[in-house]
Amino acid sequence: MTNSNPSLVKIQGVSKAFRRGSEEIHVLDRLDLEVQQGEFLALMGPSGSGKSTLLNLIGGLDRAGTGSVEIGGERIDQLSDRALAAWRARHVGFVFQFYNLMAVLSAERNVELPLLLTHLSKKERMQHVEVALKVVGLAHRTHHFPRQLSGGEQQRVGIARAIVTDPTLLLCDEPTGDLDRKSGDEILGLLQTLNREQGKTIVMVTHDPHASARASRIVYLDKGQLSTQPPA
Amino acid sequence: MKFLGLVWSNLKRKKLRTALTVLSILVAFLLFGFLCAIKEAFTAGVTLAGVDRLVVRHKVSLIQSLPASYEQRIAGMPGIAAVAGQSWFGGIYQDPKNFFASIPVDPEKFLDMFPEYSLPAEQKQAWLKTRNGAIVGKTTLDRFKWKIGDHVPLTSPIWGEPQGQSHWDFEIVGSFTGMKKGTDTTSLIFRYDYFDEAKTRNKGEIGWFTVRIQNPDQAAEIARKIDEEFANSPYETKAEPEGAFAAGFAQQIGDIGKIVIAVLSAVFFTILLVAGNTMAQAVRERTEEIGVLKAMGFTNELVLVLVLLESCVLAAVGGFAGLGLAWLATLGGSPAPAMLPIFYIPTRSLITGAGIVLALGVIAGALPAFTAMRLRIAEALRRNA
Repeated sequence: MTNSNPSLVKIQGVSKAFRRGSEEIHVLDRLDLEVQQGEFLALMGPSGSGKSTLLNLIGGLDRAGTGSVEIGGERIDQLSDRALAAWRARHVGFVFQFYNLMAVLSAERNVELPLLLTHLSKKERMQHVEVALKVVGLAHRTHHFPRQLSGGEQQRVGIARAIVTDPTLLLCDEPTGDLDRKSGDEILGLLQTLNREQGKTIVMVTHDPHASARASRIVYLDKGQLSTQPPA
Repeated sequence: MKFLGLVWSNLKRKKLRTALTVLSILVAFLLFGFLCAIKEAFTAGVTLAGVDRLVVRHKVSLIQSLPASYEQRIAGMPGIAAVAGQSWFGGIYQDPKNFFASIPVDPEKFLDMFPEYSLPAEQKQAWLKTRNGAIVGKTTLDRFKWKIGDHVPLTSPIWGEPQGQSHWDFEIVGSFTGMKKGTDTTSLIFRYDYFDEAKTRNKGEIGWFTVRIQNPDQAAEIARKIDEEFANSPYETKAEPEGAFAAGFAQQIGDIGKIVIAVLSAVFFTILLVAGNTMAQAVRERTEEIGVLKAMGFTNELVLVLVLLESCVLAAVGGFAGLGLAWLATLGGSPAPAMLPIFYIPTRSLITGAGIVLALGVIAGALPAFTAMRLRIAEALRRNA
């Protein structure tokens, strides 16, 4: 680890198990992870290795069985559901593989969604939306609906939605998994820009070595444990 | 308010389904409005009945008449403030379908007994001067486009026609309106002296008496005393509060209130299932989106409120449109003035309707909203993957 920035994400001794019928599957096993402020971390591993589960724990979407999850010095595993929701609204932006835009809302109204949880006026919200869509290069498509946009454009709207509240942490779950190579490259370039120019800390789950190559660090998850080396 | 746009957009997601559900709700509340108006038509007499008024009729039935002399005897009893006799004339204008209540009365006693009827003073004077004069409620006056000064020929299947004449001739000398909403303004009221002189049988008899008592608290006791007064005579009486008399009149058709409630219960139960199913489907289809909203920071409680709001908006659009249409339709008056002389939706029914609209929204949305609230984010997002 060469980055000298303070840790933004600090996970210690985290375990997570799921029940499948009578069987208990240990997805994460006393796992430790630190992500520095401003880092772009790629999280790789085979299917079912628990990458998304780990991402969900970092983002406060799920709760660990044991261990602690500390983000920006705050133990989010100890927050109530309501406090955790408020924390997510302030500190985290999510980018999903299938974009998860609301089909009935235009691009700008999709991006506006997280701002509905703030005290900003309609005018202020629209100003933020305009900036976010400009950052992702979609200022000219504000009134288009998801069905009128290409996959790459939809993912850009998804990224605009993730950054519109100016969160510290961006969590991306296979952000290029549903895109062709060209569009995927554009999205990865955009994430790199956000990381380098705006200092966003990014944790990206991916299967794709081409995508992970854009990250500043790669970790591999296999059999519930993290490693800096790909599994054999 | 800022979430209303989101709610509205969600309702537009499946336009046909939303439109059909709204239409179902609209029809249900249109029916609610009409049934309330019909119920009012049958029960308005009960609602508007004076608490200080009794009705004295023949003990056997309303069809049997009473001697006119009873008026003096009743008036002389303790606790009685005034007595006014009325009879059922059953007049028909030109065609049997042109039926409306027509009642012979003593003008001054009648107007004194029923202050809810408003008649201009000069028209009252004209009535007192004109032996065959009649005053007509505004509804019927407008219905037949009559005007003051017109002569109206009526026939009566009950009383026949005056000797040597083919019809009863009435000169319209006035038109009355109601001081209270719901007052029946479909009747034609004419003079008893003209009626009694011209009729060929049952002279000196009256259909029933309306009695005003000095103290409403003594209504039951006075009614009993009146009946005792005429007990064991050829014309025994049944005295009862005017409200009970009106209710008994309405009961001849059935318990309208219970019929209306039974019909509406079935309708609203069905609509509840329709709206509930729409909301359940809407939430099920949006599992991932709800997961995404929660990931953004929408709390479980906010998601619950949003789904309930959506359900309430759905119910409100259909419900208020239905109530509004019913209200507009009843503004035009009764579709069957002979059967339903009073036809309007009372304000209390509109308020009840509004309450049912909101209840429908909350109940139909409750289960889907609760499901959405409990949805775990990771699970919702996994469904998409």
